[in-house]
Amino acid sequence: MSLKIIVLAKQVPDTRNVGKDAMKADGTVNRAALPAIFNPEDLNALEQALRLKDKYPGSTVTLLTMGPGRAAEIIREGLFRGADGGYLLTDRAFAGADTLATSYALSMAIRKIGKFDIIISGRQAIDGDTAQVGPQVAEKLGMPQITYAEEIQSVEKSKIRVKRRLERGIEIAEGSLPMLVTVNGSAPECRPRNARLLQKYKHALTITERQAASVDYEELYSNRPYLNLEEWSVADVKADVVQCGLSGSPTKVKKIDNVVFQAKESKTFDSSDTDIEELIVELINNHTIG
Amino acid sequence: MDNEKFMNNLFVYLEIEDGKVEDVSLELLTKGRALAKNLNCKMEAVAVGSQLDNIGEQVFPYGVNVLHLFDDKHLYPYTSLPHTSVLVKLFQEEKPQIALMGATSIGRDLGPRVSSALGSGLTADCTSLEIGDHEEKKENKTYKDLLYQIRPAFGGNIVATIINPDCRPQMATVREGVMKKEIADPKHKGEIVKHDVTKYVSDTDFIVTVIERQIEKSKVNIKGSPIIVAGGYGMGSKENFQLLHDLANTIGAEVGASRAAVDAGFAEHERQIGQTGVTVRPKLYIACGISGQIQHIAGMQESAMIIAINNDPYAPINTIADYVITGEVETVVPKMIKYYKKNSK
Repeated sequence: MSLKIIVLAKQVPDTRNVGKDAMKADGTVNRAALPAIFNPEDLNALEQALRLKDKYPGSTVTLLTMGPGRAAEIIREGLFRGADGGYLLTDRAFAGADTLATSYALSMAIRKIGKFDIIISGRQAIDGDTAQVGPQVAEKLGMPQITYAEEIQSVEKSKIRVKRRLERGIEIAEGSLPMLVTVNGSAPECRPRNARLLQKYKHALTITERQAASVDYEELYSNRPYLNLEEWSVADVKADVVQCGLSGSPTKVKKIDNVVFQAKESKTFDSSDTDIEELIVELINNHTIG
Repeated sequence: MDNEKFMNNLFVYLEIEDGKVEDVSLELLTKGRALAKNLNCKMEAVAVGSQLDNIGEQVFPYGVNVLHLFDDKHLYPYTSLPHTSVLVKLFQEEKPQIALMGATSIGRDLGPRVSSALGSGLTADCTSLEIGDHEEKKENKTYKDLLYQIRPAFGGNIVATIINPDCRPQMATVREGVMKKEIADPKHKGEIVKHDVTKYVSDTDFIVTVIERQIEKSKVNIKGSPIIVAGGYGMGSKENFQLLHDLANTIGAEVGASRAAVDAGFAEHERQIGQTGVTVRPKLYIACGISGQIQHIAGMQESAMIIAINNDPYAPINTIADYVITGEVETVVPKMIKYYKKNSK
């Protein structure tokens, strides 16, 4: 049995460690100072896909990502680790999309990719933490979903069995293909880049990247078609432009506030016995403890 | 929107485990009641599951006006498609203006699917919900009484107010512990509407089955504890975390943890405090080895009193602490235990 697997992945700013240098003087986040990374849980998703490919020879893993031109890095990163190909969905008309407009665009691209058995994505992306795009893509494609997956245990006779990690325990769920699965950060980490694949794909570029870098090895790219990374626009995936981007987003951002915490007057102690005892006695006397 | 024909009420989806309505849903009912009062509309609750006879007595004290029951043995445990079908069809009939659910593994599986089917906006993990107006200057249009869905974004460094001007219902999920849970009137009784499940769910909805389930009752109750001893990445190890349990046992507290400490494996996930964990408001919060990332502070800043123990005198958490102890946690905590035992009556 061979499977056609699509992995949805997103390039995100690394919001986990917003240090002082990433904050501007006015207290806002300087996005440019944050590195753009492969969304962590999408890497967990990619690993689950690659494990299925290992287990069922002949299977293929195709990446799909939406973003600006530089998001082609996500596809290369996937190729370096064992994916077979990928598509970059990029168009100014996609800008400003909320989760609903994003899932619409992705679902149209998936329709263009055509036949597939399993779609796998990370549970959520760290720039928004919404966990909405996976289930919304499934709904748009009229297919079932299993979210919060920790392990795809088996795919047999077109039945998929998935171990889910929930707040207070685990659940084993089973369903028939095609299925969309979203993967938790508790799933195994993604394998590292493979040296041979890195060599093979290091010159894989989108046409826009080739133009920008003025790389013109026409022969190289025609002899090795796998080095051409495809870019798709709104028109390429036959999407309705009104349902894309800002105009396709029912949610609007009314305002953004920076988080500022009110500093308090605090009383300072050190770790000496006298200080600690003084503090404890104070807490007991004012009935905070004891 | 056909405002005259329909009541346009506020709906809350109830999460039910073992016949008991989860706290996160009761918290939403408490918030929902306040919003409904503000909007001068009713609050309705939706229970989808099996053996729901006693759900009414659990939720009516929270001010539910109408309880919709979808009772069928195939509807428990939760799976995505049947619960989606129920809500989508019910919402098409009832046309709620607002629909709320918990930001749990159930609500975050169900909400997006329902919102996609209805083409309405959904805001995940709100930390505050308010009612307010909105002016669309370009179109010279004013929207009255929208739901302000307020949530942190960008790793907690900003707070965004999201609105859905044109689509209904306005949907939002809220994490457990973020809203307060408060009974309105223990004697309040609402109306119960029992629905014919076969009219809402089709056989093809049961494509996914749960073949094994191991859900534990929550062992820790950090939300309800008046004193919390919380540890961060600065605790250094799971062994050092034991010190916090010792202190907690001595003074009658519960142990909490920051996301970094949970990610490092020092503490269980259910102890996590902050934007991606629970929000707590204890009488006393003792933060040990926690530097004070914004996303942690957001989940504990309403504590009545905060003690910060840190070897870094410039740790951000110190700015919101009432008492700052600068020193090694391994030294300070045993001394706190010692002097508590010596001085408590």
